[in-house]
Amino acid sequence: MTTTQSPNAAPASQAPQQRKTVTSWAANYLDERTSISGVTAYLGRKIFPDHWSFMLGEVALYSFVVILLSGTFLTFFFDPSMGHTTYEGSYVPLKGIEMSIAYASSLDISFDIRGGLLMRQVHHWAALLFVASIGLHMLRVFFTGAFRKPRELNWVIGFLLFILAMAEGFTGYSLPDDLLSGNGLAIINGMVKAIPLVGGWISYLLFGGMFPGVDVIPRLFVLHIMLLPAILIVLLGMHMVLLVLNKHTQFAGPGKTNENVVGVPIMPVFAAKAGGFFFLVFGVIMAIAATFTINPIWNYGPYDPSPVSAGTQPDWYIGFADGALRLAPGWETELFGLTFSWNILIPMAVLGLFIVLVMFYPFIEAWVTQDKREHHLADRPRNAPTRTAIGAAGVVFYAVMWAGASSDLIATHFHLNVFQVTWVLQALIFLGPIIAFWVTKRVALGLQKKDREILLHGFESGRIVRRPGGEYIEVHQGLDEYESWKLKAFESPEPAKVRPDERGRITTGTHVRAALSRWFFEDRIEPVTKAEVERASHH
Amino acid sequence: MAEETKMQDVELHRDAALERSSEFENPGLPPHRKRQTDLHPEKAKRAERTVFTWFLVSALGSIVAVAAYIAVPITPGDLTTTRMNNLLLGLGIALALLSIGIGAVHWSKQLMSDEEHVDLRHPTRGSDATRAKAVEVFTLGDQESGFSRRSLIRNSLIGALAVVPLPAVVLFRDLAPADEVPTDVFAHTMWEAGTRLCLDPTGTPIRAEDVSYGSAFHVIPEDLEESEHPLDEKAKAAVLLMRLPADALNESPERAGWSYDGIVAYSKICTHVGCPVALYEQQTHHLLCPCHQSTFDVKNHCKVIFGPAKRPLPQLPITVDDEGYLIAQRDFTEPVGPSYFERLHDVDEDGHVQVAGTTTEQRA
Repeated sequence: MTTTQSPNAAPASQAPQQRKTVTSWAANYLDERTSISGVTAYLGRKIFPDHWSFMLGEVALYSFVVILLSGTFLTFFFDPSMGHTTYEGSYVPLKGIEMSIAYASSLDISFDIRGGLLMRQVHHWAALLFVASIGLHMLRVFFTGAFRKPRELNWVIGFLLFILAMAEGFTGYSLPDDLLSGNGLAIINGMVKAIPLVGGWISYLLFGGMFPGVDVIPRLFVLHIMLLPAILIVLLGMHMVLLVLNKHTQFAGPGKTNENVVGVPIMPVFAAKAGGFFFLVFGVIMAIAATFTINPIWNYGPYDPSPVSAGTQPDWYIGFADGALRLAPGWETELFGLTFSWNILIPMAVLGLFIVLVMFYPFIEAWVTQDKREHHLADRPRNAPTRTAIGAAGVVFYAVMWAGASSDLIATHFHLNVFQVTWVLQALIFLGPIIAFWVTKRVALGLQKKDREILLHGFESGRIVRRPGGEYIEVHQGLDEYESWKLKAFESPEPAKVRPDERGRITTGTHVRAALSRWFFEDRIEPVTKAEVERASHH
Repeated sequence: MAEETKMQDVELHRDAALERSSEFENPGLPPHRKRQTDLHPEKAKRAERTVFTWFLVSALGSIVAVAAYIAVPITPGDLTTTRMNNLLLGLGIALALLSIGIGAVHWSKQLMSDEEHVDLRHPTRGSDATRAKAVEVFTLGDQESGFSRRSLIRNSLIGALAVVPLPAVVLFRDLAPADEVPTDVFAHTMWEAGTRLCLDPTGTPIRAEDVSYGSAFHVIPEDLEESEHPLDEKAKAAVLLMRLPADALNESPERAGWSYDGIVAYSKICTHVGCPVALYEQQTHHLLCPCHQSTFDVKNHCKVIFGPAKRPLPQLPITVDDEGYLIAQRDFTEPVGPSYFERLHDVDEDGHVQVAGTTTEQRA
């Protein structure tokens, strides 16, 4: 069969010139009913810029597809009931043990259904990769300033996707009803109960009466396979539509400006690369799932409120929340006959504040800089030292909480006292971000200085030359115009000055903003000027 | 010099940081460099063969996976067959997927055009004409509906819409039994006067003389299995039992009658967020919660000496019956497990004895 190179929906105007092929017939059939040629014409040759860091979001997208595929397989075999049964499956150590039907069906998937264990492990590994790649994708977007106008809303949507991914992870982790997942629910129960006024009611309604009850897993199942994925897919769709509308950011480079986008067209190169990349991501997940065990629920046993083993860990992405709980001081007050559990409310509030700050960072930065322009060129992190330092401080804050979730394992592995590990982490949660901010800013400024040095004096070529006078020098070699443009093309704003408004007044808000603007932009390395380059070239 | 550079000509906010545009000219796209496959047809041919081979390997991988599915069945009770099935099936599929990916990427990198293209960006906002049209649409909509003008029906619609979700809120009340309220289920456990303390999970009653020094007994009420929801009851009633040497035990006088011959019983449910406090350090007589490291001192009525928990573990008053078995004197005098807002209402005021000095300054 001969086919043309044209995509399914070849433009109608070309159709008469083409030979009658199945493809052209199908394209015509579809177009006459959907006018899909317009979509192809609009999207088909759309340009996508290329950079390795732009693939992080793709990893997230593709691992989500893998999650949907493997998850659908699992739903065909999983029974979320908390009713009691006696295990009679293949796994001998648990034979004859009383357990919930959910746990028994998870064991059946693992041991008695061909490919079931593989799919469970694909699902779990893909979920871990999903959250990890979203996290890295967000860091890329943050540190390159790709959240600036007009992409602030897409940052917020992406952040909601991150939260939803964690919620999906937690609900999924709870479903097998093994000892660890039940223990995770016990902790959630304890946290919920601490909420003033409504906490007791939420716990009571969530668990259908007493904890653990017989209702919570079917309820989490519905959230996990229907409600949360539905919201996730809608937001993901919006994320993609905005990505197409705003066009992708690109790094400054020769020929690349804020007004254009340079790269490869969707059809065929980007489609081939991205399509191929999907299979690579899927393949890597599959290979890991085939060879590395994850969440061996059969080792934990069915949920029982009484036993628990030392060194229990949540999945990595919940670690920061668990760590926050561990590092909190043991405060609780009883006022007017009511109990306020600060040991739980404070970490919850701190996490909430952290989340809100990250989610609204684009608006905060825009307010400080008062930058109303559209930005399509991604910053190199060094060229925005204060933002990079803020990001590093945030990363360290998160990392300390995350380490907190493993305080007992740190203690046992390094033969330390768990109390001392906790005290050190408690101090680090305050000091760490400050140190990280300062160090990162210095490093960024240092790198900017290095760029400047290279622009003015070239780089050390490693070639040693002996001069007629006997003196040895190392030859410095200049960059070509394309290479040097990458180092030159960045903005370095000066702090805003305090100026009176139309009515000649200077308000407190203006002062505050000017102070913040100074904080944000004061330490700066002046971009190289033409005059400097000329002067340097005379040396 | 810097002073001579022109300012950005976009509308700058009064308080905006000052931006200077670069003095340098963008050199434009670097010249396109042809690849080996562009220059030498035989190399393109070889790349084509490589891509073909990868796609062939992929098909082989799929066949391997299907063959593994059939050839390595799971034999019930034999875990090695489960493992082999998982491994071969997964490696076959992984080979099939990875080969498609490698082939497609190789194709795109070696054989498809690598010429860079340029698209122009446009401001995201709609054009002035489009925006004017949008305003007109809203204006017409407003005029034709009278949305602004007829404020009475507009406001009553907003009011009705605000109230309409209320039934949905009410509907969720029956997520939990309607004849109870939360504190009913939090306040009490199934311990009562005369309930025997039994070993978890066997249910064997415990004689006082069998409780040795140095180990913690994991305890459940004797009739736990007969209860309607054993797991729910166990989640509240789980208890730890320890015998301490008389000189180690530092009991407050009001609670002296709650222990029996150096044997004390405490709730196993952590007062922080409700994990089982499962680790007993026999030298120091400390109980450690493995979830968040709250540490309780059994010598001093399980006061918190470290970690995020605040309250001591509730103590179960115990004694022995005629046959020498350990029994509960009554239920706990306060709710077990994590704190909740109305918790103090559920503390039994007659029976409860506060542990003296439970504040933070007592901490080691």
